[in-house]
Amino acid sequence: MRDVAVIGIGCTRFGEKWSESFRDLFIEAGALALEDAQLSGEKIDAMYVGNMSAGRFIEQEHIGALIADYAGMATRHIPSTRVEAACASGGLAFRQAVIAVASGMEDIVVAAGVEKMTDVEPGASTDALTGAADREWEGFVGATFPGLYAMIAKDYMHKYGMTREQLAQVAVKNHYNGARNPIAQFQQEITLDTVLRSTMVAEPLRLFDCSPITDGAAAVILAPLDRAREFTDTPIKVLATAQASDSIALHDRRDISTMDATVAAGQRAFKMAKLTHKDINMVEVHDCFSIAEICAIEDLGFCKKGTAGKFTADGETALGGKIPVNTSGGLKACGHPVGATGIKQVYEIVQQLRGTAGKRQIDGAKIGMTQNVGGTGATVAVHILGRV
Amino acid sequence: MSVARFWRKIPQRYNLIGTKCETCKRHFFPPRTFCPDCRREGRIVDHKFSGKGTVVTFTIIQTAPDQFASHGPYVLAIIKLDEGPQMTTQIVCDPSEAKIGMRVRSIFRRIASDGESGIIHYGTKFAPE
Repeated sequence: MRDVAVIGIGCTRFGEKWSESFRDLFIEAGALALEDAQLSGEKIDAMYVGNMSAGRFIEQEHIGALIADYAGMATRHIPSTRVEAACASGGLAFRQAVIAVASGMEDIVVAAGVEKMTDVEPGASTDALTGAADREWEGFVGATFPGLYAMIAKDYMHKYGMTREQLAQVAVKNHYNGARNPIAQFQQEITLDTVLRSTMVAEPLRLFDCSPITDGAAAVILAPLDRAREFTDTPIKVLATAQASDSIALHDRRDISTMDATVAAGQRAFKMAKLTHKDINMVEVHDCFSIAEICAIEDLGFCKKGTAGKFTADGETALGGKIPVNTSGGLKACGHPVGATGIKQVYEIVQQLRGTAGKRQIDGAKIGMTQNVGGTGATVAVHILGRV
Repeated sequence: MSVARFWRKIPQRYNLIGTKCETCKRHFFPPRTFCPDCRREGRIVDHKFSGKGTVVTFTIIQTAPDQFASHGPYVLAIIKLDEGPQMTTQIVCDPSEAKIGMRVRSIFRRIASDGESGIIHYGTKFAPE
């Protein structure tokens, strides 16, 4: 297998983008990535695009071809593939692109993610998202996504005694980071009170424990490492790509508040990169709900099971902490256009490794990690990236 | 949900008919037609569950999907059936009564409806024993 590098990155601002269409969003992200790599579109050999539910959100399927067409590639007939794994669609698109380049089958490959969620009313978008869980045996009986993660939170708090205040610190920290990220949907800091006084959605989770509905797109361009310097002075090497699956329904898991797919993907990634959690300078994890970040940092090995609440409240996951988590603001503050999230995580880590993360910059960042979850943990993609 | 899609799951939804692997004796609800442990050696047969179980975890849904909006806040739970498998269900009780470890029994209830003219979904919920 060949070594693979990220040579270009692009991302739209995330938010409720009423005046921009699905097509506008991915064209903007793709153009930014090409410009960043100082690359002309004619050099692109293949595209992989993560998208969860354009069928439900904009009544459009066949996204691979649509994107290639509107990116001006129709007459070149390049292969363009949509990848779907619910909220992990972007992470899996990135992984497919890495595999394509590593295998030697393709040279210059775009990995993108896009979701346009605000063209349907909120009830419809929530219902579409429920399709990431088991529709027959979870959604049918009245399970919502906040409801499923609330049951994880309830189980976790019952077992380990994490306090409601400790859990709220995840959102406070992520908003602090989001306020320092120009692409974030929410660029304002919040306090513990903001979280604790927000509307109850599904006990114990409140509105400010939940990531928002977001429009947005992100794209990165990959090349073989030995060609990367043709395009950039700061190639970022893909040190590991890993993916794992688990039962589609939460009720079938070995342990409700451990994501075994995160544990498996994390271990595979560390093994592939020949690294441990101590080598990671910052990590982007999938905080679709505050409890998901708590579980993720434990399941990846950054702290012991049952201690992530205190670890977070002690500031160890903040900028300047032991292991900064979600410097982008995470899904909570940066926003969560589901298919784009996995690519945005890579976008953030590449910025950190290049030293261009502005007010969020982690000094001397050399190695970063991403963890992207589909559903309640039925699919997890983990990637490790490093400076060359 | 289409009529056919709902209709074909009526035995499971109304009467808690799951499955059991006769090779390893493991029970499945929701039903599986393939035993993940015995694989091709497995022999799957229908099994009617006793409907007794224990609450593993739960939440109170305050913001409900449209089909469930008329229910007001409701208790959603994962319960462990006495035969072993776990399932997601609603618990019919005062939300303040719900507790982890609470014993529950199955009851037949209306689950949701597809608008005013759509079909009404019935199925199994649970209540404190």
